[in-house]
Amino acid sequence: MSSTLVGRRAFLKVSALAGGGMVVALYLDPAKLVAQRGAAAMEPDAFITIASDGTVTIVGKNPEIGQGIKNTLPMLVAEELDVEWSSVRVVQGDLDSKYGQQSAGGSRAVPSNYDGMRRLGAAARLQLVTAASQQWTVPVSELTTSAGRVTHASSGRSIGYGELAQAAAGIPAPSLESVTLKDPANFTIIGKPIPGVDNHALVTGQPLFGIDVKVPGMLYAVFEHCPIFEGRAVSANLDAIRAMPGVRHAFVVPGGNGVSGGVAIVGDTWWAAQQARESLEVEWDGGETANDSTERFDREAQAFSTQAPADIGRQEGDVDSSFASAATVVEGSYAYPFLSHAPLEPMNCTAHYHPGTTPGDPGRLELWVGTQTPGSGAPAAAAAVMEFPADMSRQDQQAQVAERVTLHMTRMGGGFGRRLYNDYLPEAAYISKQIGAPVQLRWTREDDMGHDLYRPGGYHFLKGGLDASGKLVAWRNHFVTFTTDGNRTASSGSLRSDEFPATFVPNFLMGTSMIQFGVPTGAMRAPGSNAIAFVMQSFLDELAHAAGKDPVQFRLDLLGSPQILPPPGGGGGRGGRGGGGGGYGAERMRAVLELVADRSGWGTRTLPAGTGLGVAFHYSHSGYFAEVAEVTVDADKRVKVNKVWVAGDIGRQIINPLHAESQVQGSVIEGLGQLMTLEVTIEGGAAVQKNFNTYELPRMRNTPPEIEVHWVTSDNDPTGLGEPALPPVVPAVANAIFAATGERLRSLPISKHGYRWA
Amino acid sequence: MRVTLNVNGRSHTVDVPADMPLLWVLRDVLELHGTKFGCGIGQCGACTVHMRGRAVRACQVPVSNADGIEVVTIEGLSPDGSHPLQVAWKELDVPECGYCQAGQLMSAAALLATNPQPTDSDIDTAMNGNLCRCGTYLRIRQGIRRAAAMATGQRNGGGQPTSTPATPARK
Repeated sequence: MSSTLVGRRAFLKVSALAGGGMVVALYLDPAKLVAQRGAAAMEPDAFITIASDGTVTIVGKNPEIGQGIKNTLPMLVAEELDVEWSSVRVVQGDLDSKYGQQSAGGSRAVPSNYDGMRRLGAAARLQLVTAASQQWTVPVSELTTSAGRVTHASSGRSIGYGELAQAAAGIPAPSLESVTLKDPANFTIIGKPIPGVDNHALVTGQPLFGIDVKVPGMLYAVFEHCPIFEGRAVSANLDAIRAMPGVRHAFVVPGGNGVSGGVAIVGDTWWAAQQARESLEVEWDGGETANDSTERFDREAQAFSTQAPADIGRQEGDVDSSFASAATVVEGSYAYPFLSHAPLEPMNCTAHYHPGTTPGDPGRLELWVGTQTPGSGAPAAAAAVMEFPADMSRQDQQAQVAERVTLHMTRMGGGFGRRLYNDYLPEAAYISKQIGAPVQLRWTREDDMGHDLYRPGGYHFLKGGLDASGKLVAWRNHFVTFTTDGNRTASSGSLRSDEFPATFVPNFLMGTSMIQFGVPTGAMRAPGSNAIAFVMQSFLDELAHAAGKDPVQFRLDLLGSPQILPPPGGGGGRGGRGGGGGGYGAERMRAVLELVADRSGWGTRTLPAGTGLGVAFHYSHSGYFAEVAEVTVDADKRVKVNKVWVAGDIGRQIINPLHAESQVQGSVIEGLGQLMTLEVTIEGGAAVQKNFNTYELPRMRNTPPEIEVHWVTSDNDPTGLGEPALPPVVPAVANAIFAATGERLRSLPISKHGYRWA
Repeated sequence: MRVTLNVNGRSHTVDVPADMPLLWVLRDVLELHGTKFGCGIGQCGACTVHMRGRAVRACQVPVSNADGIEVVTIEGLSPDGSHPLQVAWKELDVPECGYCQAGQLMSAAALLATNPQPTDSDIDTAMNGNLCRCGTYLRIRQGIRRAAAMATGQRNGGGQPTSTPATPARK
């Protein structure tokens, strides 16, 4: 199994802790580290610390956005270390290359770390066992461990890890590859419901988030961006702003080096700066996106729909003749809107730039920030405030950034993909350098939603053909998406050519056309999939009904069709969206579909008029999910989701069932919002919806009484759960509304079709 | 303007603009960071605090309106995290990102203070002003039910909670 941590060049260093404990540090490549960080890198850096009283401290290395990774990764270490979870203290690591990959995205943390984190814990355990074997002069093979103690059963001796730590620190570290991992049957931590390590701090209001940071001497900043995407500030009434109470600085930010153009106002309090902003008058250079609007996009998409696709992504069989000979042909035009991530904690960053002390010294930068990609955030912020010689190599620049930028990773009030993008870091760094003081930049909710990297909207013009037996024999999808440069699809606006039902339909055509625009777009939880599942699984539902077949059976039949595999050597590996290898396991999807049908009583229950069941499945991020929704719709189109059943297969091990259930239930609730209300419309090159009064997230009243989660345990490597449960719920509920009302919903959100929550 | 605030039982005199929202006085002047900013327009509930025991959105309260009034924030909900809601939240692992949870707890605490045995419908109504972007609503509901049951259990000397409560008492 691949791992970002364990490779031929990863090795451990174990050293003593003052007071008799031990410290386990991990190095990836000592030569590289020394080159990057100087000789100081070889000093012990704790990953695991065992104090003489037996207390174990484990670094949570990845960014915590609510996915529970601050539990997950330390749980993997603690399991193989063989300690009791109650003896473990977890501390958040800063950005540091010694930890390997530190990011929150693509549901990748589990597959990337499942093996490596366990090996780390197992190596530390082996050190302690070796120390005990030397102390007692007995073979290691006669020793067992449990709950932080080493035991020699035949002599009845037992000793705590804390007492062994000092001796263990003097023993050469084993290689990570050589250690033996536990039989999962003996797990005492992995697979157990373990509440979040920050829960007490959260429920007592302790500062954990980026917005809670307070640095001595810190000022507060607001940043006025051009209301039109990509626009820049020319001038502003800065003198008037500077004269306002509590304002310390006001200046135009020209933009460049990764910093947006705009106007910064810095005050003694954030409120003072924000109040002054209301009097700000700016002359903008609006950029070229001012004619972007949802209305134009809709019009151009309709025009494309009557033309051949500009680019053919996949073509198999003979689509035209199979449609001509099909017994039934179904057509459907589907559309979905732009969406904003809207994490509840608006973007913010605290920065302190320290100027260089000698000519040519680029200075140093300290950041306190929540980011899903701190490894790209640090260089992005550095680029805004530091200049390196033009001839410096990329590698040397990276080493300079690692040396000169300290990035403290804070807990985040949600990510959802928004904090993959680090635009707020360079802004804060730039302002700090300009004012010569530490500063906390806080965006308002309106800044946050008005300057997002939106989930792109899209249009699919679909045609499906069924033979006389009701089998799907022909498929055509003309996908109309967006481009900023005229060549490539906009970020997160692409459709994989092997997206289901590709390879399961003998005559298949997928083509793409692109609308030119300037709206910033990006990945949002289950990128691509969060939109495409709605389209594919709704249209499959149409086809099932046209075929006169049960929607579950129609899907099972389709998944049972012989797959059209790429020719040998033809590439086209069937990786999951957002990464993750492996083929599309039709049998895995059938298993979750059969399970969810069984648990929801599909086909066995009589439902009252106005109540219906809908089903959908989707594969993304190496996870297989099938979901069934039961809804009741009244005569006024008020929708009540009575219950959602979810069946998922993310491999052989659920690491923390408490967090696994949360991720699934939260995904379902988020999907309900995308179905019913959520939409960002573009007018005049700007987002219209900028706060929660017009961007209506699901609330308590809209939440179903029950979301039941079931797992299929398959013999596959464990994978992540931040994303794959979301996509199927949107079509499952839309299909349930069809079952309840007979109205097929082909565009989102369905509030535009007169629906609302009951 | 000089305002005397009584927050979590402590008196503070601050000199701030009269229209500065209580939220920013709490966070940036008194350095009580538990109360959160989410929207600034009273739509998300992340800034919920108690004024005279009632749940209010601190982003919508000019600090002058809080002069002399008893304010309780998440930091003052209990001295040590032992409020039944805090205990239930930890046991049930309610938080995902956790950013909204201080506001959720303050709304829930105001509910239970006046309605110790709320029905699910009471819970939905009282909590509808608090957004959770992560979607932890099912566990929030469960947490309120558990806290209500704990309170009953304590009153009954640790016995099991009784079944569906009668019409909730209202003060």
